[in-house]
Amino acid sequence: MVRVVFTPNLERHLSCPEATVSGDSVREALDAVFETDQQLRGYILDDQSRLRQHMVIFVDGKTIVDRVHLSDSISPNSEIYVMQALSGG
Amino acid sequence: MSSQIHIATRKGLFQLDRSSSGWSLGRHDFHGEHVSMVLKDHRDGTTYAALNHGHFGVKLHRSNDDGKNWEECAVPVYPEGATIGAGPFSTDGKPKPASLSEIWALEPGGPDQPNRLWCGTIPGGLFRSDDCGSSWQLVESFWDLPERQHWFGGGKDDPGIHSICVHPENSQQVAVSISCGGVWVTKDDGASWTCKADGIRAEYVPPDQAYDPNIQDVHCLVQSPSHPDFYWAQHHNGVFRTTDGANSWQEITTIQPSGFGFAVAVHPKQPDIAWFVPAIKDECRIPVDGKFVIARTTDGGLTSEVLTNGLPQEYAYDIVYRHALDVDQTGECLVTGSTTGNLWISEDGGDSWQTISTTLPPIYCVRFAKS
Repeated sequence: MVRVVFTPNLERHLSCPEATVSGDSVREALDAVFETDQQLRGYILDDQSRLRQHMVIFVDGKTIVDRVHLSDSISPNSEIYVMQALSGG
Repeated sequence: MSSQIHIATRKGLFQLDRSSSGWSLGRHDFHGEHVSMVLKDHRDGTTYAALNHGHFGVKLHRSNDDGKNWEECAVPVYPEGATIGAGPFSTDGKPKPASLSEIWALEPGGPDQPNRLWCGTIPGGLFRSDDCGSSWQLVESFWDLPERQHWFGGGKDDPGIHSICVHPENSQQVAVSISCGGVWVTKDDGASWTCKADGIRAEYVPPDQAYDPNIQDVHCLVQSPSHPDFYWAQHHNGVFRTTDGANSWQEITTIQPSGFGFAVAVHPKQPDIAWFVPAIKDECRIPVDGKFVIARTTDGGLTSEVLTNGLPQEYAYDIVYRHALDVDQTGECLVTGSTTGNLWISEDGGDSWQTISTTLPPIYCVRFAKS
């Protein structure tokens, strides 16, 4: 199962506990989390479902490449960290 | 006289209350957050605060108990695939995806529309809610205007709707203005729109385009509550006024010490009285000679006077943004707040001013709670 961890800074605005989901891409993993928490979706993705400009996602220690479609592939044991970028802060 | 003012700042929402001993700062909500707009809806007492998180996007919160408790409600969302017009400054001529970057205007509907809110946004979408912000609908008739493709940003990178004036006697009639996209009016509750900026002049385009109504950078538009055919517009390069429901505009050249500024307020009962916060245009954007002043006209712009009593007259570099000047329902009490975090109040129509604070965060919006 894929482990998804959100920046603790989000806890200031809403609850976003660590999640365990399945999926073959970052998009699929996040959609699985957002399925039960649509409000959280709006904090991570913009109107066009792109990663927000000043957010960054790491998969197994590397930043994702596709910030528009979130198509970066993941493995069953991947760890996804959704963090704030240092830009825009 | 009003007794409550909300102040939206770079670092939270403040409340100013008036008691027998005078005005004092009270509640501070959303500590550290960028609050771009605030509205206390006089119809039901609900307070709305629009936040702009640097990382997590734009959010809207509401409170029905004067800020003791807040709940997050919905924000306007652009439809999938929506795009911003390429505008004249595009580097590749291609439109870019539309995504909400700021709630820039928030106004209640008329008394016959109890749950209606209007919301103006960057990048240039007008939204409406009929359930107090629980859900929002893009006003597609406005978004689909072919003229929108020619709007462009003024100060901000993308075009934005900053002023929404709901006719006080006919809620079907609404005027909005855009930086930079002129003034648009609907008389059928948003079903159709007409550009109403004839007579407004732009200095920032070649002379043959100066009177193009669709490229006018109106910084702020206000409507006289007592004489709704009278509007005042603080424009990028001057002040303009209409007395015929925006069918024709006249330039007002008497405002001293300069015609540049962002904010304008109109007297609630006397449409010929209006206040402005002049500054040096437009590459400099500081008060003229380092003196912070308010300009007032009492005769429809035939003459103006410079109000200084109680305001700093040296080393002042305060700019007042377009939503940071307001007048209450008596026309006697005014409030203004600056980018430097100074907050001033006048209780005599601007003749004299008292300093409430010199240490607030940069101020974006000040609004009286009206009844």
